[in-house]
Amino acid sequence: MEPTDVSDPRYYHKVVDCQWACPAHTNVPAYIRLIAQERYTESYLLNRESNVFPGVLGRTCDRPCEPACRRGRVDEKPVAICRLKRVAADLRDEIRPFLPKPPDVKNGRRIALVGAGPASLTVANDLLPLGYEVVIYERNREPGGLMRINIPSFRLPAAVLDEECGYIIDMGAEMRYGTPVTSLKALLDEGYDAVFIGSGAPKGKDLDIPGRAAAPAQVHLGIEWLANVHFKHVERIEPRVIIIGVGNTAMDCCRTAKRLGATDVKVIARRGRRHFKASPWELEDAEEELVEIIENHAPKRMLVENGTLVGMEFEVLDWTEDPSGRASSRVVRTVTIPCDAVILAIGQDNAFPWIERDIGVDFDAQGMPVVDRITHQSTHPRVFFGGDAAWGPQNIIWAVAHGHQAAISIDLLCNGRPVAERPPEGMTLVSVKNGLHSWAYDNDYDPSARQVMRHEELARRFRDLNVEVELGFSAEQVASEVSRCLNCDIQTHFAPPKCIECDACIDVCPTNCLTITTNHSPETDLRQRLSAPALNLTQEIYLSEPLPQTKRVMVKDEDVCLHCGLCAERCPTAAWDMRLFDLIQPVAGAACDREELVRA
Amino acid sequence: MTSIAKPPVRHPSLRQNSLGLTLRDYEGVMSTLCAGCGHDSVTAALVQAAWELELEPHRAAKMSGIGCSSKTTAYFMKQSHGFNSVHGRMPSVTTGANAANRSLTYIGISGDGDSLSIGIGQMAHAIRRNVNMLYVIENNGVYGLTKGQFSASADVGSTSKRGEANEQAPIDPALLALSIGATFVARSFSGDKKQLVPILKAGLAHRGLALIDVISPCVTFNDHEGSTKSYRYTREHEVEAVHADYAPVHAEITLPESGDHLRVVQMHDGSSVRLRSTAADYDPTDRASAYAHVRACQARGEIATGLLFVDGGSRDMHDLLKTPPTPLIDLPHERLCPGAAALDALMARYR
Repeated sequence: MEPTDVSDPRYYHKVVDCQWACPAHTNVPAYIRLIAQERYTESYLLNRESNVFPGVLGRTCDRPCEPACRRGRVDEKPVAICRLKRVAADLRDEIRPFLPKPPDVKNGRRIALVGAGPASLTVANDLLPLGYEVVIYERNREPGGLMRINIPSFRLPAAVLDEECGYIIDMGAEMRYGTPVTSLKALLDEGYDAVFIGSGAPKGKDLDIPGRAAAPAQVHLGIEWLANVHFKHVERIEPRVIIIGVGNTAMDCCRTAKRLGATDVKVIARRGRRHFKASPWELEDAEEELVEIIENHAPKRMLVENGTLVGMEFEVLDWTEDPSGRASSRVVRTVTIPCDAVILAIGQDNAFPWIERDIGVDFDAQGMPVVDRITHQSTHPRVFFGGDAAWGPQNIIWAVAHGHQAAISIDLLCNGRPVAERPPEGMTLVSVKNGLHSWAYDNDYDPSARQVMRHEELARRFRDLNVEVELGFSAEQVASEVSRCLNCDIQTHFAPPKCIECDACIDVCPTNCLTITTNHSPETDLRQRLSAPALNLTQEIYLSEPLPQTKRVMVKDEDVCLHCGLCAERCPTAAWDMRLFDLIQPVAGAACDREELVRA
Repeated sequence: MTSIAKPPVRHPSLRQNSLGLTLRDYEGVMSTLCAGCGHDSVTAALVQAAWELELEPHRAAKMSGIGCSSKTTAYFMKQSHGFNSVHGRMPSVTTGANAANRSLTYIGISGDGDSLSIGIGQMAHAIRRNVNMLYVIENNGVYGLTKGQFSASADVGSTSKRGEANEQAPIDPALLALSIGATFVARSFSGDKKQLVPILKAGLAHRGLALIDVISPCVTFNDHEGSTKSYRYTREHEVEAVHADYAPVHAEITLPESGDHLRVVQMHDGSSVRLRSTAADYDPTDRASAYAHVRACQARGEIATGLLFVDGGSRDMHDLLKTPPTPLIDLPHERLCPGAAALDALMARYR
């Protein structure tokens, strides 16, 4: 195996599991430390650099960071990263003075953004400070896109959304509310230098089963129904409601139904619980509100009597898996579940009826635009896609990540540079040693368990659709939860020439991460020769240059390193050091100042 | 001294021995020795050996005297008995403890100062009595606790950190032990756990005194260019005479039995030690051969390591004293003390 090149930012980046897993690469450990120091405004601003909507995402994020969190591998549960983000958002001071100011003199470039959702707003956030003129077309009267009309206000209060959209819009975006774009050709003809399409996946999937069309007033498409609730077109629902589908939209539908008068709400899933698309915590929250979740039921038909929906028939399935993991089902029996309304939450489709097919924007066989995964450029050089509009429904944090990348592309395009020449990632790596056994971070391990979010009592929740369910962490909870973070961005950095092979680091490591051994075989074999071979092979192993005395190598398995720094404390020659890793992510604008561009 | 306690988190694949204990359960408190001290590696090797041997921590006693080395006993097997005696008196205290309770496993940890200067008489007589114990000397050639003066094991010509050379001849504990009848003599290096752990296991299984001289560099005062007990010097001059593999009682023999220089020594408890000599003419069961080998290495400026000599059928102190198999502390008072009438009868024989 070759020695590890730790000068490549990707090595240490991958060690910071949460940051690596986050599509926008939010610097989680750094913002958690700022919360621990009660520097909420700085924490919020650090968050905002990458994820733009800390208040929104602190309540609604799908949290790819948490399943990745190292704490989950050494303790039962990961750090409550998402809800700590909300703490920073809730407790921050006024941040407007710290936001970038758009220049008085514009750069003369005009960009059109379609849809005022998270993707477009991120593009605006990145381009406005550079002097771009940004025009946002939005069919509704308010910004936010799905964040506003599809996420119920008991999960995301409107005030939080208003404020975070406002930060961006107030940098000078020209908002064209109530203006759906009906022709991309016409938009391009207006002379925009680039058009970004962040129009989402606004069409709910329908279910083609017998009886579907017989009682249309009682059958709703999930996201449309949620939007109608938002606009107050719908204010009541019948007592017995069936939700078909078990994704996060289904969770929002069932909980909203409980607030609009439904007393008996059942969520019906085709498969078993481990296949559910909804996040585990959203399932828990729904069940806490006495929503019944029924597994292994496939819709067969809707039962309509005299034009009124009275129930649905389901086939109860028994699933089996063959050795290769392919699932097949067998119908056990048919059951009828009485109901007064059905909400279909089985997925969303994209809809681009307003994009002419002869203007250079190619679509694939599924009707999706052909978009470059890195640059977000379509086959039309001036048209970019991001968010759910690019590759179908994902989460808000993905839309934000897309927005950043698309903004880089647009900036490159407007500066006459190839959009495929992506600006490189960088890093800083600075020792956190203060003195003997003194570090610029709290390296002691806190065995506390994950804090449980406090919730509003059920009766109050159901009284008003707008009562926020989650109350946020108390000060004591915050203090405990921040100390659970292992500070994975404080890296163990090794300097082979200093090593005297005394074994002190190996002996002290609480999780057997280190081994000094010979380097004569490929990685698979080497892994078996480690002090404690890892169960999780997704984490890298570090391999040093040959050591001075015996020419053996130092090997570190990153899997369950606690970043406690004991290796560095016990090292007599300071061959091990603890160093703060800071990933420098490329942003729009920086690219065109730098000479060192790399081809993507 | 480290700033924090060792986190209680364990590696997810950490195995348990038959007692349900993991390696971490054999640890002690956090070491306060200098960072990089060889003694901490000896501690880790002891933890490994005790876990692999499945020693019951509450059936072991850790014995020590004074010095850096003697702090070691605090750093492993925190659930075991322990006695931190006065300087150099560890062998005598262990002799007494063993006399009273032969059922415990005695682990004595000493240093070159504790054993070769102030305590050399105690050590010599514990060897002669063949007290059933593991006797580890953490040998670094200096008095680390008093800032690095030469100890009795410092080689002639070896320099102190400030450059003065030692002119007095060293005491080699392995040679000394061989010459006064030791039944298990080994030398190892703190930086070589592959060699040290099996030797410790064999030593713990040995009935009688198992003396293990471990070169354990003092990273603060004796790990410099002029030292003959530094990490680098030891690595460059170590010559392993015999490699020991320890096989517990019921272990299946999986190692190849071929090889010209393989000897199997049966231990008292039914376990066995397989010794692989690196030289054809070396016999680790022959005292004279072992002595000659160590002397020859010394003359060449080499450090002879490995399990140098073992007598698998040795008789320990209790065998020599013909004490009963039951530990004395478990005997009823009437049997331990025959009473005034028996004393009077004895006295009458001398009248």
